[in-house]
Amino acid sequence: MKNTDISAPDYFHKVVDCQWACPAHTPVPEYIRLIAAGRYSDAYMINWKSNVFPGILGRTCDRPCEPACRRVRVEDEPVAICRLKRVAADYKDDITARLPKPAARKNGKRVALVGAGPASLTVARDLAPLGYHCVVFDGDKKAGGMIRTQIPKFRLPDSVIDEETGYILGLGVEFRGGKRIESMKALLAEGWDAVFVGSGAPRGRDLDIPGRKEAAKNIHIGIDWLSSVSFGHVSKIGKRVIVLGGGNTAMDCCRSARRLGGEDVNVVVRSGFEEMKASPWEKEDAQHEGIPIHNFLVPKAFIHDNGKLTGITFEKVKAEYDDKGRRKLVSAGLPEQHFPCDDVLVAVGQENAFPWIERDCGIEFNEWNMPKVDTRTMASSNPKVFFGGDAAFGPKNIIWAVAHGHEAAVSIDKLLNGEDITDRPLPAVELMSQKMGIHEWSYDNEIALDQRYKVPLRDKVVALKDIKAEVELGFDAKLALAEAGRCLNCDVQTVFTAQLCIECDACVDICPMDCITFTVNSEEAELRKRLNAPSHNLSQDLYVQDGLKTGRIMAKDEDVCLHCGLCAERCPTGAWDMQKFLLDMTYAGNSCRPQRRSAA
Amino acid sequence: MTYLTKPKFHHPDLPKNELGYTHRDYEGTVSTLCAGCGHDSITGAIIAACFELSIEPHRVAKISGIGCSSKTPTYFLGNSHGFNSVHGRMPSVLTGANLANRDLIYLGVSGDGDSASIGFGQFAHALRRAVNMVYIVENNGVYGLTKGQFSATADRGSKSKRGFVNTDNSIDLVAIALQLGASFVARSFSGDKQQLVPIIKAAIAHKGAAFIDIISPCVAFNNHAGSTKSFDFVREHNEAVNRLDYMSSRMPIEVTYEPGTVEVVEQHDGSKLTLRKLAADYEITDRTAALGFLQQHAAKGQIVTGLLYVEKGPQDLHAHLRTVEAPLNTLNEAELCPGQATLEAFNASLR
Ligand SMILES: Cc1cc2nc3c(=O)[nH]c(=O)nc-3n(C[C@H](O)[C@H](O)[C@H](O)COP(=O)(O)OP(=O)(O)OC[C@H]3O[C@@H](n4cnc5c(N)ncnc54)[C@H](O)[C@@H]3O)c2cc1C
Ligand SMILES: Cc1ncc(C[n+]2csc(CCOP(=O)(O)OP(=O)(O)O)c2C)c(N)n1
Ligand code: SF4
Ligand code: SF4
Ligand code: SF4
Ligand SMILES: [Mg+2]
Repeated sequence: MKNTDISAPDYFHKVVDCQWACPAHTPVPEYIRLIAAGRYSDAYMINWKSNVFPGILGRTCDRPCEPACRRVRVEDEPVAICRLKRVAADYKDDITARLPKPAARKNGKRVALVGAGPASLTVARDLAPLGYHCVVFDGDKKAGGMIRTQIPKFRLPDSVIDEETGYILGLGVEFRGGKRIESMKALLAEGWDAVFVGSGAPRGRDLDIPGRKEAAKNIHIGIDWLSSVSFGHVSKIGKRVIVLGGGNTAMDCCRSARRLGGEDVNVVVRSGFEEMKASPWEKEDAQHEGIPIHNFLVPKAFIHDNGKLTGITFEKVKAEYDDKGRRKLVSAGLPEQHFPCDDVLVAVGQENAFPWIERDCGIEFNEWNMPKVDTRTMASSNPKVFFGGDAAFGPKNIIWAVAHGHEAAVSIDKLLNGEDITDRPLPAVELMSQKMGIHEWSYDNEIALDQRYKVPLRDKVVALKDIKAEVELGFDAKLALAEAGRCLNCDVQTVFTAQLCIECDACVDICPMDCITFTVNSEEAELRKRLNAPSHNLSQDLYVQDGLKTGRIMAKDEDVCLHCGLCAERCPTGAWDMQKFLLDMTYAGNSCRPQRRSAA
Repeated sequence: MTYLTKPKFHHPDLPKNELGYTHRDYEGTVSTLCAGCGHDSITGAIIAACFELSIEPHRVAKISGIGCSSKTPTYFLGNSHGFNSVHGRMPSVLTGANLANRDLIYLGVSGDGDSASIGFGQFAHALRRAVNMVYIVENNGVYGLTKGQFSATADRGSKSKRGFVNTDNSIDLVAIALQLGASFVARSFSGDKQQLVPIIKAAIAHKGAAFIDIISPCVAFNNHAGSTKSFDFVREHNEAVNRLDYMSSRMPIEVTYEPGTVEVVEQHDGSKLTLRKLAADYEITDRTAALGFLQQHAAKGQIVTGLLYVEKGPQDLHAHLRTVEAPLNTLNEAELCPGQATLEAFNASLR
């Protein structure tokens, strides 16, 4: 294999599994160490810079970082990264003085942002301090988008949304609440320098089966019902409720129904329990509140008594796989099952809809009626118009909306500086030795064997009585410290200098995970077979360095390294060093100017 | 040394041996030796050998003297028996233990100071008595623990870290072991586990006095230019006579070798030592030839390594003394006091 180029930003970035998996590439271990040190405000600011909504995300993020966490490859459960983020938000001091100031001088460029969801707000946050005049339009009166209108208050209190949207609107961003944009053409005619579309995926899918029209009074589209609950237009539901669907919306629907008078609430999904779209913790939360989930049942008809809904009939199915491994649901050949109910919440998917974008204003749409959007620049085929969040590629989640927002802000900043928006500078990388003394490191390198800690919950009886009572109470400082101790500090990298190595094997012998091998070089596939420990995880790189006296190479499998630094402690010559990797992301402003190292 | 204990976590797909143990189960407490010490690699090699042989740790007795080398039994086989004796006295303590209970595997761990200086006599007698053991000397040419004085194995003309030249002749423990009748004699290097691990495995399987001289650089006091026990010097002057593959009797022989290039020596337990010859005319069952070969190469400044001698049908001290098979602590009163008639018969036999 060729020598590993550790100066390439991606190499060590990939080793920080959580940060690499995070769409916004939040420096997770860095903020977890700050939380352990009790420096909550510092931890908050690192998050704020990267993901814009630490308090919101610390309660609601889809957490792609957690399944990626190295800890999963070493023991059972990831670090509770998401809930530690909330700790930073809960215990920080007043950080308003640390926020950027509204630009003293505007640069004269005007940007219109459609929708006040996380995508638009991120664009505004990135651009306003640079002097752009950002105007955010939303049909709703308050900012937040679906964060405000869909996510139930028992998961995310309004106060947190007010605080974090407020930080952004306080940067000199103009917010026009209650103003729906009805025509893209008209908007473009207003002469904006750039337009960002962050209008989300607002349409809930319906279920067209017999009885739908007749029983309409008691059949509700999930996301519409949730926003009605959120706005206070709906405050009760029948005693027996069936929720159709297995995603996030279904989980929020059933838990909300439980709080609005639903005593016998059941979730019914077509697929198997394991394949449901909802996250495992969402299913757990629902079940904890006494909501059974029934699987492999396909709804056949709404049963009603002269327009009064009485129940639903289902066909039992089973999964069959063809030779390509594709799943098909086929009838199990059993009699239809009938579930009696008073109300139904249909949460079987969400769609985009752009009735307000004329198809002849330079924005091309594809065969699925979605705008053609570049995945890197977020640009549409109209050079002035950018998309992000759920509006760009269909419904995703908040953290993706934020990541899109950052990228769109870079594009807009480059466009309005007359630069090529496709020339995107790579992030800057810094490596810093953590050595303080012979066996002293500036991070805690002792490995905690603790199992993941559970977040304390509000008493169920109390929680179910009040739809606004937040269920999770959050970690207290003591639990947060213990949970933070589980982080392996994957950003503190093992850095090898071949010229210093005397091939004494000390690092090989001490390494608890058998990561290190000195051997003759060969192609990767062959090399992986000869390492000291099995090397099956091809998604994790081998760190290879030649230049040793015996002509062998050092090959380190990054897969399950604990970043314990024992190799560096045992090395007599300092050939191993533990160095902290810091990634400086490219954002709108100075860091995206062309002088920096660019991607080929 | 390291202050942290080695984390309990291990690689999730670590191979297991016949007993269901991983190599991590053969570790002891974390080493307190200097970072980079050759002795720690020998510890690693012993762990690997015992793991690969699926040895039950409680069937092993580790016995040592005094020195950095003699501290190492703490760092491997944490679930074995151990006796850290006084300086140079490992061989007699081991001999005693072995006579009391021949069922255990005896690992004698010593240093060049421990065995070639204060314990030279003990070393000699344990070997000439053919105690069934693996006698390991972790040879760094200095008294590491007392801060680097020349030991008796330091070569004449080699330099200390502070520039003093050694004027005394050195003792070659391998040559002495051959002369004293050790039935398995090898030399290896801590920095070459591929060579060392099979040698340790073969020595454990050998029923007789097995001696291994392992050159083990002392990074603190004897790894400089001018030393003949440094990593660089040993690597440059290493003259390996063979490469050993150890095959237990349970293992089918899968490897095929070119005819004429290998020599297979079968041991008493049916295990096979397959030697790939590197020095064409080296004959490993010829004690005098081995001695000559050793001295010719030493004169050229070369360090001969590999399995240097193995006796085909070795006998151990128990066979010589015709001792009782069972460990002494399992003998009951009737066996220990066979009665007046037996005593009289015995006395009569001596008249
Ligand atoms: C029930 C439910 C629960 C969810 N839970 C989570 C969760 O726990 N975690 C998570 O990460 N994600 C969750 N999501 C998804 C998440 O809310 C969205 O992915 C995210 O809000 C998308 O952000 P956005 O900025 O693209 O748009 P949105 O948040 O959808 O905001 C779009 C805004 O644009 C406005 N708008 C639309 N058209 C116009 C127009 N023409 N003129 C003016 N304004 C307009 C809308 O009023 C809305 O306020 C959930 C979604 C649902 C439906
Ligand atoms: C009876 C006695 N004499 C002297 C000493 C001091 N002493 C301790 S270790 C040692 C030499 C050890 O050398 P070696 O066996 O080569 O071990 P190393 O530390 O080099 O591995 C000496 C002389 C002692 N402990 N006991
Ligand atoms: S252990 Fe810490 S740094 Fe590593 S992936 Fe998990 S959270 Fe990230
Ligand atoms: S930091 Fe070093 S010793 Fe620790 S697991 Fe990683 S490679 Fe092994
Ligand atoms: S401990 Fe240091 S000198 Fe020894 S082999 Fe490892 S990297 Fe090389
Ligand atoms: Mg010594």
